[in-house]
Amino acid sequence: MTTTTTARKEPVRPISPGAARVPRRTGRIRRASLPYLLLLPALVLELLVHLVPMVIGIVMSFKELTQFYIRDWGSAPWSGLGNYRLSVDFDAPVGEALLHSFLVTVGFTLLSVVLCWLIGTAAAVFMQDTFRGRGLLRALFLVPYALPVYAAVITWVFMFQHDNGLVNHVLHDQLHLTDKPSFWLIGDNSFYALLTVSVWKGWPFAFLIVTAGLQNIPGELYEAAALDGAGVWQQLRRITLPSLRPVNQVLVLVLFLWTFNDFNTPYVLFGKSAPEPADLVSVHIYQASFVTWNFGTGSAMSVLLLLFLLVVTGGYLLLTSRGRRTTDV
Amino acid sequence: MAAPRSFVWSRRIFLTVLAGFVLVPVYVMVSSSLKPLADVTGKFRWLPSGLTVRPYIDIWSTVPLARYFVNSLIVAGAATLCSVVIAVFAAYAVSRYDFRGRRVFTLTVLSTQMFPGILFLLPLFLLYVNIGNATGVALFGSRGGLILTYLTFSLPFSVWMLIGYLDSVPRDLDEAALVDGCGPLGALLRIVVPAAIPGIVAVAVYAFMTAWGEVLFASVMTNDTTRTLAVGLQGYSTLNDVYWNQIMAASLVVSVPVVAGFLLLQRYLVAGLTAGAVK
Amino acid sequence: MRSIRAAAVGAVTMSLALAATACGGGSSDQGGSGDSPKTLTYWASNQGASIAVDKKVLQPELDKFQQRTGIKVKLEVVPWSDLLNRILTATTSGQGPDVLNIGNTWSASLQATGALLAWDDENYSKIGGRDRFVDSALGSTGAQGKDPAAVPLYSMAYALYYNKQILADAGITKPPATWDELVADGKKIEAEGKSVIGVEGANVSENIHHVFVFAKQHGADFFTPEGKPDFTNPKVVDAVKQYVDLMAKDKIVPTGDAEYGQNQSVSDFAKGKQAMLLWQSAAANLKSQGMSEDAYGVAPVPVRSGVPGTGAQTNSMVAGINIAVFKNSHNVDGATKFVKFMTGDAEQKILNKAYSSIPPVKGAQGDPAFNAPATAVLKQTLATSAAALPQVPSESQFETAVGTAVKDLFADAAAGRTVTTDSVRAKLEKAQQQMPAA
Repeated sequence: MTTTTTARKEPVRPISPGAARVPRRTGRIRRASLPYLLLLPALVLELLVHLVPMVIGIVMSFKELTQFYIRDWGSAPWSGLGNYRLSVDFDAPVGEALLHSFLVTVGFTLLSVVLCWLIGTAAAVFMQDTFRGRGLLRALFLVPYALPVYAAVITWVFMFQHDNGLVNHVLHDQLHLTDKPSFWLIGDNSFYALLTVSVWKGWPFAFLIVTAGLQNIPGELYEAAALDGAGVWQQLRRITLPSLRPVNQVLVLVLFLWTFNDFNTPYVLFGKSAPEPADLVSVHIYQASFVTWNFGTGSAMSVLLLLFLLVVTGGYLLLTSRGRRTTDV
Repeated sequence: MAAPRSFVWSRRIFLTVLAGFVLVPVYVMVSSSLKPLADVTGKFRWLPSGLTVRPYIDIWSTVPLARYFVNSLIVAGAATLCSVVIAVFAAYAVSRYDFRGRRVFTLTVLSTQMFPGILFLLPLFLLYVNIGNATGVALFGSRGGLILTYLTFSLPFSVWMLIGYLDSVPRDLDEAALVDGCGPLGALLRIVVPAAIPGIVAVAVYAFMTAWGEVLFASVMTNDTTRTLAVGLQGYSTLNDVYWNQIMAASLVVSVPVVAGFLLLQRYLVAGLTAGAVK
Repeated sequence: MRSIRAAAVGAVTMSLALAATACGGGSSDQGGSGDSPKTLTYWASNQGASIAVDKKVLQPELDKFQQRTGIKVKLEVVPWSDLLNRILTATTSGQGPDVLNIGNTWSASLQATGALLAWDDENYSKIGGRDRFVDSALGSTGAQGKDPAAVPLYSMAYALYYNKQILADAGITKPPATWDELVADGKKIEAEGKSVIGVEGANVSENIHHVFVFAKQHGADFFTPEGKPDFTNPKVVDAVKQYVDLMAKDKIVPTGDAEYGQNQSVSDFAKGKQAMLLWQSAAANLKSQGMSEDAYGVAPVPVRSGVPGTGAQTNSMVAGINIAVFKNSHNVDGATKFVKFMTGDAEQKILNKAYSSIPPVKGAQGDPAFNAPATAVLKQTLATSAAALPQVPSESQFETAVGTAVKDLFADAAAGRTVTTDSVRAKLEKAQQQMPAA
């Protein structure tokens, strides 16, 4: 993401004031401060809603903030690194559960991002050329992304029901693929249920971005390749995919962060206590704080998560940005 | 250049399967919303035993859906408006000026995308309460607090996208405006903004959707009078039966404004993304 | 030019101002309403078939209160799924209602937060004294040895609801009184092609209510007398296993019930798909689903042997709702008046009739409405064979931890995995270690 500012082709330069205007002193001051003025609202809001609360959250993670102190959390005793020790003690149940939840989340996120990217890219490539009904199809494909999360997910809950759901009706009653109806909202299958919903909701975003990215690939490239005798598949491999690299860099990162931090989907799908195989870390932390009333430990877990995301994002950008400047589109 | 058969056939098969995957839940939503209650609480059936519009009539009385609807509209609308205005200003500054702290600003704004919402849910809530106690401006439990929260949620992505988009608006345009004696802000409002409409629409759609679908913060920060649809919809699973047909009907009603807007504006959206985010 | 610049700067400030002031609806209706002692905010729990039903039931009573005292009560009915969270956020922020309903099992947990007004003798005297209330209900208002954090409002108890027709068809003459009889009857009912009995496998609180009673019947408790968690006590393990075995071993609970969490088992019973149901005060609920009162009978919940009573013959938790006053209320006086009104004999009769619960107030229990056969069973259970859930500060964590463990065990059973003493113990051990170290 950040590379968009670093890898921009033309250096940004201040706009020279119009030659016709004699710069007054006040004008110069205003101009020097103008960008800051323009940024002020965004900055103030970011501070208010994201950064200050984050600092508060970090402070909270060093406190013993249980039900006995939530009423006046200033009076809560400092617990030093106690909350962190508890969270990362992987031999004790709290740490073990967090680790399990973390691993589930990583696995789920990777699978979901890969699938969303694959389906989205394939659909975008296939819909590059016009054919009959393309407009309609594109509109249809955007519906899952446009639907409000809870509306989409609650429909899936309805479909995943053990007794009366469509999924079991099709798999078991109509196709006889299973010898008895399966459970999707509890037990081992819950992971796949979650993955299905996440991919169903997420792939259109990849489709949208890749579609936009494809429009930036100059047609001459294809024409030249066609003259060289490259077929459709070869063009795809040699031109389309390499040209999409910068787009993919950002797309995959955004998908990763959104999926990893997604709270709405698992929450609407499973409610307050997710089944173990689908225990995503966002809901896990929610439970650790709100359901068990231990906000200190919940905050500590969140901070650890944030550190992890920082490391991953930083590492990812370093890795993928190498060579980015040479292949910049 | 004619595509080879292998390509055409893979395209057909792939797109058909995908369309099926997308359509099934949509079909379930639409068909279930027209079924009598007996159909949705018993074994699943593809076709309704009889069509009824009752669910569409009942949803308004089972929960105060109309009020939630108005709340959601106000919250999402105001959040979108504020978010777009603020993002345009910020993106313009970053795109056109070289100033100290430019990179720091961009990095900071973008890094907020990484925050797990759960980390600052409670602190933000405490902050709002304290601001309320100190200044008398009620943020907690009011629509204002929610608007503030949601507009900041969509801000980072919006700023980032608009920076890309404004970079693609030729500089000569605003330079010319400056030569004509406009101030930099005049240039922005008169020249740059009209040229950046697709990007702005794309950002607005994104901001609206973000606000319209958020569940976590809405569940903590609203009360009876300010509750939004995202939370209000849970009211259909009442004590004695889950009215699936009403839930589906309400979900549809709730989805129509966003989906319709999204599809109407999708051309802008793709154009905005093309020039902005994926340059 | 200047004007444009000014306009733009104005737009920036405007957008800020717009964002900062509550764009529309700036008045947040937080409770406390300190500036006028003439209003109160009341959070009611969702007791009726829907929130709309609750408003219909309560509003006339609130109007009555306003006529008598001049105090206007702003009502908000909070769904169960939100209630505890809302109370927590109110506690944290100090901005909440003046008066609120709480699940009576949460009393000790909420008492520990210090957010609720303590009902010492002086406060109790303002509402007519402690002896107006039934003892069993008072047992679920806070930790022992401390002033209660709440006052009983509605009492409920579990009973066995049975479909008369299905039992008759299966040749069963009287409802089962012990678990062994239930299992034996189950075989006959299954032959009729009906399911036997339902559970809400995915509903954490429901699970807790049942395993608590099973533990009592096994002569064990989830907590030691000192208030330490004791989930791996062999008797507790056996008790939990017996409950899950209704599905796993005895197979009288359909596997589909493992994912029930929204009272689908009540619907199954009301629709005549299922012969029996263990539920608290289900009459109003069944009625709203169109089941006539003659179609079902009510019997005490089975015990292991003998008849319901105290100790190992316990067959229900003391279920119910308490009413509490928020300490931060700026109108404690009005709030106390309101509690007095709601727990008065006349109101108790009206409200408990509407919700098919039992009045925890002795003076209201004499009303003939509470002596109908169905209600009599509940009243009897509350009076003689119900026990309060552990009154410990970590009660709500206990509900979450153990309730989730039972939910997972049901999921195992439903998936066809064997549920053994070891697997039950492992789950309970994990639950125990998640408990706060306090």
